[in-house]
Amino acid sequence: MRYTKSRAILCLVALVIVTQLLTRITGTSYYLTQLTMSAYYALVVIGLTVLMGYAGQISIGHAGFFAIGGYLSAALTTHNLIPLAGSPLVQFLGRLGVLVRGQDIYGEQLLTVTPWAACLAAILVAALIAFLLGIPVLKLKGHYLAMATLGFGTIIYRIALASDYFGEADGISEVPGFTLLPGVAGLPPLVVNGDFDSRVQNYYIAWGVLIIGMVLLLNLIDSRVGRALRSIHGSEEAAEAAGVDTARCKLQVFVLSAVYAALAGVLLTHYNGGLGPSEASVMKSVRYVALVAVGGMANLWGALVMGAGLTFLSLRGVFGSFDDAVFGAILILVMLFAPDGILSLRLNGLRTCLKRESTDR
Amino acid sequence: MTADLFFQYLFAGITYGIMYAIVAIGFNIIYNTTGIINFAQGEFVMLGGMIAISLLHFVPLPLAVAGGVVITMLVGALIEILFIRWLDNPSVLRMIIITIGLSILIREAALHIWGESIRSLPYFYGNEITTITLGPVRISPQVLWVLGVCGIVVLLLSVFFKVTPLGREMRACAANRRAAILCGINARNMVTFSFMLSAGIGALAGCVMSPITYTQYDSGTPLAIKGFTVAILGGLGNSMGAVAAGILLGIIEAYSISFVPLAFQDAISITILLIILFVRPHGLFGSGEAARLKEF
Amino acid sequence: MLELERIHKYFGGLHAVNDVSFRVETGSIKAVIGPNGAGKTTLFNLIAGNLAPSSGVIRFVGREIQGMKPHRIAALGMARTFQNIKLFHGMTALESVMVGRHVRSRAGFLAGMLHLPSTWREERQIRDRAMELLELLEIAEFAHVEATSLAFGQQRCVEMARALAMEPRLLLLDEPAAGLNIYETAEVARLITRIRDMGITVLLVEHDMSLVMDISDEIVVLSFGEKIAEDVPRAIQQNPEVIRIYLGEDEEAA
Ligand SMILES: Nc1ncnc2c1ncn2[C@@H]1O[C@H](COP(=O)(O)OP(=O)(O)OP(=O)(O)O)[C@@H](O)[C@H]1O
Ligand SMILES: [Mg+2]
Repeated sequence: MRYTKSRAILCLVALVIVTQLLTRITGTSYYLTQLTMSAYYALVVIGLTVLMGYAGQISIGHAGFFAIGGYLSAALTTHNLIPLAGSPLVQFLGRLGVLVRGQDIYGEQLLTVTPWAACLAAILVAALIAFLLGIPVLKLKGHYLAMATLGFGTIIYRIALASDYFGEADGISEVPGFTLLPGVAGLPPLVVNGDFDSRVQNYYIAWGVLIIGMVLLLNLIDSRVGRALRSIHGSEEAAEAAGVDTARCKLQVFVLSAVYAALAGVLLTHYNGGLGPSEASVMKSVRYVALVAVGGMANLWGALVMGAGLTFLSLRGVFGSFDDAVFGAILILVMLFAPDGILSLRLNGLRTCLKRESTDR
Repeated sequence: MTADLFFQYLFAGITYGIMYAIVAIGFNIIYNTTGIINFAQGEFVMLGGMIAISLLHFVPLPLAVAGGVVITMLVGALIEILFIRWLDNPSVLRMIIITIGLSILIREAALHIWGESIRSLPYFYGNEITTITLGPVRISPQVLWVLGVCGIVVLLLSVFFKVTPLGREMRACAANRRAAILCGINARNMVTFSFMLSAGIGALAGCVMSPITYTQYDSGTPLAIKGFTVAILGGLGNSMGAVAAGILLGIIEAYSISFVPLAFQDAISITILLIILFVRPHGLFGSGEAARLKEF
Repeated sequence: MLELERIHKYFGGLHAVNDVSFRVETGSIKAVIGPNGAGKTTLFNLIAGNLAPSSGVIRFVGREIQGMKPHRIAALGMARTFQNIKLFHGMTALESVMVGRHVRSRAGFLAGMLHLPSTWREERQIRDRAMELLELLEIAEFAHVEATSLAFGQQRCVEMARALAMEPRLLLLDEPAAGLNIYETAEVARLITRIRDMGITVLLVEHDMSLVMDISDEIVVLSFGEKIAEDVPRAIQQNPEVIRIYLGEDEEAA
């Protein structure tokens, strides 16, 4: 089973490389920007797929987690702490080595949190919020769960829109690049930013992160915990009777999917150099749900392909002013005619074959 | 807080609360006959207002309102016939996603038809500055319109469900669909009808509140969340509960202005929603036993 | 093994289980019988933790388990099947049975994501054990077919295999022969005795009297939530009250 999985991953890696080479040859490397962004959005979608498709728990609030990641990371790395330099907290942070000095575009002194520390903080906060929210919310089912997560997403949106700290309607801009690895031994540093020169590098960073995230999730769903998750979707009662701690499992996967969304938010924000409240809007959350649905609900590969593909088209502006409408229509059409995803319509036969192969040793 | 201000807030709270209650009743009607929460309920409210505003260019106000209601009812029926009627025992998740998709499509259609501008119907009587003095408070006559129309709607609905054959058949469907079908009731038509009814009620609410709250292509979703909060608070499916819960939420919101910045106002009702969902998902007034009898 | 002490369960005004006490001895097969609606399934739900009793004590392997969550009771060594089969939609028969190994394996969330060598080995053991059970129940050829698309009898077998995969001390079977023909029923009877011989205590609900009389060591009779008799099969067959209940039913049926 490792066999088919690694083969598919290798194909994906090859495809990613070929795509980059093609854009180079055809002189269309401006596509790379949207391809990079699509990879980050697809990261949210595959995380949500495990929650929705495999564990069967709907969330219409994942843009909220994306925004928590993006906004916290952006705010921490841009807000100047110099006015607060005397406070014990800031001094403590300074001693921990998580602060950096710099200059803004007007040459003024800046003291901010380093991107690494900000990223970790953002993801931890997102995980913590998911954990605290998940304990009560995941007891709910059906409409109640949908509305509760929708409500959570709306609260995050309102907070982003109304607080000065997060830039209100303008959002946060001038977010610095995120140096993942410093340059060593003559190699250039690995930085997530929107610089023209590092476009290729960023394309590979984004797809690298996505592929690693994909491998981890593929492993997960074939593991003991993954089977437990899928059994919850099948019958919560029977899963409990088989000894699965359903509440704990659901909570774990909720936190996991929130972490995926938050990580995507952090990286995309550094890549774009900022973000605005629309990233937290309900429509974004619905869009992620649509992408999970069109990918086939319980189908990570479908989610990755559709998540990256449709987002790319959307970012290229293919749908024009019908962008949101396209995603609404996708939701309806998929749910009406192919609730198991459009890939399932044709690949049903193939999938059973693959499944047979993948459960054989 | 002065006594004047106190009453002013109270009236504002009741007015908004009644509007939320009407949206909640729209949820309830469809929920009772189908077990579906229609996430596009807020869009019916928006559509009603928008259509009436457009019709106003051609016909006088009462006709425009009537037109808005009727056209929205047709939209509701159309939606049910096109997207819901022929589904064979769909899962709850599927229905949630379909109605969310519908709400997006309606909203986007509204955006393309009416643009992003904020519109409103004129005041039904007088204008923005006309006031009526009622004891300690001065209120806009539109508030009385809202209270009156919504009160009549609630009254007519309860008469409809209790007395008329059609209303009884709908209740039979709600109580036990299979048994109702065996008694020769056409359950599918009942569902279509419930969509029409709740679209119509939503549209009417959208018209009477338009002068106060204004109407925009995307004003549906926030209303839907509040309406849902009220529906849950009052006990899903319970219309009288919805009225009480609506007024309660409206008043809480009105007074919260004194403590919380306006921008965070929506957050209050959502927080209430979350708390209620966690501690009393069967509502303030319903009983747990009764709620469990319905399948969610 | 299992001990019920003065169990009551109310559903609103309905007294579904009324002051029921009995013990299940280690290594025995005990049957619960009674007319439809007598409260047998409710009793199982109380024992397995799906419902909490209104009052009373349930002891399992020396611990009080009333009100405990089902998965904790399962971890103590209790497995069950359901009257209306509950299989996992979207999972193959083999995977369903592998879920049964959940309590007997330990790989956690991170280990699963990273696919460590230790998880590897465990996975193989889980798979082998699940396969063995499918072979035992003679449904190995359907291992890779989606469990919910199997024939009714085979679904029963998958459920049974899933329960056995837990290596339980006590197995609760809710009407294991319902909907089966006489040959399949005989097969089930043989299987249940075999399970007992493997050292698993069995408590079952069953309407098929010949099956119950053949294999059980002791029988509890419930009617309207009350225990009206508890004895060995032969004595139950002669118990006038039991005969009255069942004859009464026959008259109604006729
Ligand atoms: N969750 C519940 N809520 C309310 N009443 C219930 C519930 N579960 C069972 N009952 C009622 O309790 C009584 C006992 O039901 P139970 O399912 O235990 O009977 P049973 O002996 O298993 O019958 P059968 O032979 O038909 O399986 C019935 O009257 C049933 O309607
Ligand atoms: Mg039963």
